[in-house]
Amino acid sequence: MAFDYDKWIRPGKLPHIWCPGCGHGIVMKGLIRAMETLQLKKEETAVVSGIGCASRLPGYIDCCTLHTAHGRAAAFATGVKMARPEMNVILVGGDGDGTAIGGNHFIHACRRNIDMTYIIMNNYIYGMTGGQFSPCTPTGHKASTTPYGNPDPGFDIAKLAIGAGATFVARGTAFHANQIDKLIVEAIQHKGFSVVEILDDCPTTYGRRNKYKSVIEMMNRLKEVAVPVKAAEKMTAEQLQGKVLTGVLYKEVKPEYIEEYAKVIERAKAAK
Amino acid sequence: MEKTLPKIEIIEKYCKGCHICVEFCPKDVLEMKGFYVSVKNLEACIKCMQCELRCPDFAIKVITE
Repeated sequence: MAFDYDKWIRPGKLPHIWCPGCGHGIVMKGLIRAMETLQLKKEETAVVSGIGCASRLPGYIDCCTLHTAHGRAAAFATGVKMARPEMNVILVGGDGDGTAIGGNHFIHACRRNIDMTYIIMNNYIYGMTGGQFSPCTPTGHKASTTPYGNPDPGFDIAKLAIGAGATFVARGTAFHANQIDKLIVEAIQHKGFSVVEILDDCPTTYGRRNKYKSVIEMMNRLKEVAVPVKAAEKMTAEQLQGKVLTGVLYKEVKPEYIEEYAKVIERAKAAK
Repeated sequence: MEKTLPKIEIIEKYCKGCHICVEFCPKDVLEMKGFYVSVKNLEACIKCMQCELRCPDFAIKVITE
């Protein structure tokens, strides 16, 4: 039977603004399937975003949503979670929103280990503002502001999140659509700050400048570079050159911020 | 046992003509007709749901019994 996405979509909001072939729609479907699998209640789920193509996602999802300032999704979401700890808070955003403008908020949300899920759609570029290079654009690739190739090395979002202290880090791709909802389910169930990076395609501003002939070619590239974590264990360093690991990359149990903060309140009350 | 055919519902208002469904269909069921996707050969459909899963625009539904 066809999956009923309509239940989670705000009436009258489709078709969405994303370009033909943009993977954000595939990620949104994955998120909806994950929310349905977990039987989340609409009034107890908040989807928070900043600014950008990916950050338009909360506009289409029918639950509590918050569309905030550029890069500040983590800050606003922390506020939501502190005020209503029973809410499931899910952040969505792109690579530019999450790691450049919101880079500071992102690493400190990771460090704090507050119980939220951050879905970063990494399409290697600032799509909405006209294709400027982002911190995730790989070295040598072209963007509207680096027409002769980007000299900077790109961020590895997953490693950044692990280094900053996130307790659940996973990576998927828009090609592996079946895996997206499974990763998101696991991330939402994890107690602590979970980061799910989804490698995405931007055919309009990234693909055209970097000689990808079609959306299909971009999708097939995602298929080629992705190596599941288990398969990677058996591969040599040479074979892993240029590949990207997918699946659950890191998981640990650490004290969660809301619970720790409740203890601080208790201590402060006892001190009086 | 007789093979039951699914109903492939295409919402043209949502379709942006990105070709993803046509390309990833393993049985070549779909084709592009002008700007939109349309069903070419329903008999070949094996209900793998790849088109529904991958469509970024919520434009395809594969309805099976």
